[in-house]
Amino acid sequence: MHTLIEFAKPILVPLICAVVIVAVLPLVAGYIVLLERKLMADMQARLGPMRVGPHGLLQPIADAVKLLLKEDIIPEEADKAIFWVAPLISVTVAMLAMAALAIGPWFQIADLNIGLLFVMGIGALGIFGIVLGGWSSNSHYSLLGALRSAAQLVSYETAAGMAIVGGLLLAGTLSTREIIQTQDDYGVWFIFAAPVGFFIYAVASIAETNRAPFDLPEAESELVAGYMTEYSGFRWALYFLAEYTNMVVVASIATTLFLGGWLRPFAGTKAFDFLDYLPSLLMLVFAGYCFYRVPKQPVKIQQAVLAAVGLLLILLAGILAAPLLVPAGSLVADAKAGLHGAFWFLLKVGLYLYVFMWLRFTFPRYRFDQLMHLGWQFLVPLSIVNVMGIGLALVLHRQWGWGHLPAFGLTTVLTLAVAGWLAWAGEKKEKQRAIVGEEA
Amino acid sequence: MPREYIPILIFAVLAAAFPAVTIVLFQFIRPTPVAVGAKLKPYECGVVPEGDTRGRYAVRFYIVAILFVIFDVETIFLFPWAVLFSTREEGFRLGPAYALASMFVFLGILIIGYVWLYRKGALEWV
Repeated sequence: MHTLIEFAKPILVPLICAVVIVAVLPLVAGYIVLLERKLMADMQARLGPMRVGPHGLLQPIADAVKLLLKEDIIPEEADKAIFWVAPLISVTVAMLAMAALAIGPWFQIADLNIGLLFVMGIGALGIFGIVLGGWSSNSHYSLLGALRSAAQLVSYETAAGMAIVGGLLLAGTLSTREIIQTQDDYGVWFIFAAPVGFFIYAVASIAETNRAPFDLPEAESELVAGYMTEYSGFRWALYFLAEYTNMVVVASIATTLFLGGWLRPFAGTKAFDFLDYLPSLLMLVFAGYCFYRVPKQPVKIQQAVLAAVGLLLILLAGILAAPLLVPAGSLVADAKAGLHGAFWFLLKVGLYLYVFMWLRFTFPRYRFDQLMHLGWQFLVPLSIVNVMGIGLALVLHRQWGWGHLPAFGLTTVLTLAVAGWLAWAGEKKEKQRAIVGEEA
Repeated sequence: MPREYIPILIFAVLAAAFPAVTIVLFQFIRPTPVAVGAKLKPYECGVVPEGDTRGRYAVRFYIVAILFVIFDVETIFLFPWAVLFSTREEGFRLGPAYALASMFVFLGILIIGYVWLYRKGALEWV
């Protein structure tokens, strides 16, 4: 018995994390959808979901119940077994990628020494779910969507991988925990040392998650719903869950590698310690807004729900503030690292996702040849040059003793010059083709 | 087998079981499908589907797949190099100038290949 406990002890914390992720991630994905709908509505001067719960707060739960109870249709000509398995592959793989990512110093399933490589490798498996789903549906739209998706993922995978190599050059380790530790030691997030690399990763990650403006695999105006055309009800919901989980995963990779992970802004500076109170303050502001809106709700039960949300936020504020208010050394004070780390990590992931959504509502959809052009003729060469540039900056710093600022400044300017040249060459080619097209 | 992978294995089982169990469980709750006829046909905006779905498709997709293999394998080769370039473990770090020179040769060959592909038009979609 005793040996069993000894054996289970190091597994217990990761196990709790695993259960929490599996249980909470679908809910989080649902609320990201709600947030997206609300943001979209706001940017288009509408209200968005308002009916189910106060301000539509219970909409994701209503949607989930509806999708679970919907009729389950499998087309008669579909390859039934593969049709059944494909969405499961998508979801499982998307969730599995979360395993090596650290949400705050306390919350991680496994600190692998190949952390980031594991996340990338597992994440790339998601394409099997999409291609198998499109193939097994036996529908033209599905197959076209799946093929497009495969070509797109494969094209941007390379650029994203190269951008990550740029970040790894600075970190010198693949473990997510040590990457963040390195950023803490240097006192600077890697986005400031490799801004071009971050830009490449941001663009490539939007394309990898099939999001607008690169959502060609599911372009409604062309392919109905792409690889998901024949899917309905809960199976469709699984694909949706996989897409939103993938968004969280790529946002977490970007946060870990470029945005300093769970570090507070100015983590090493004493003068900025007042930022520690920001989490609680933010929660209190949200809670205040909830209470302000309570009397304006039309129905009693909606008032009650909104008040409950407000109380929950106050509780959260209390939990986040507690480690700062008790004297140092106690268990509660030690919890600061875990709680505040998780807060800052999730805040950064949230901001990254917000930019995703913002781009979606701003840009029109790309054409497929434009998408391939951007991937292969702009991002891939630029990412190679970016790796060379960061390597050069590190050599200038280590071998010839240049300061950080001149070394990285010089190589960033050089990389940007290459980017400008690539963009200019692409424009020129496009113009030439347009002229040839007119003559023909 | 390093012990860190045991929780990942458990997590994988959980992550796979959650959607599968949900699908199977709710089959008993949701209405049994009574779909017949056109409802079970592939959706093509109301038109009856013509021809075989698993027919031929553009050769472009194959070319992209081949290009991907080349470039992604190169990327994977860069991962250990990038880690050894800056690793903080004693005795493993490469000399910066040597590491950079070797990588420039490696990427130089890649860039020559890239330019050749570009000239050949393999990177164009149309």
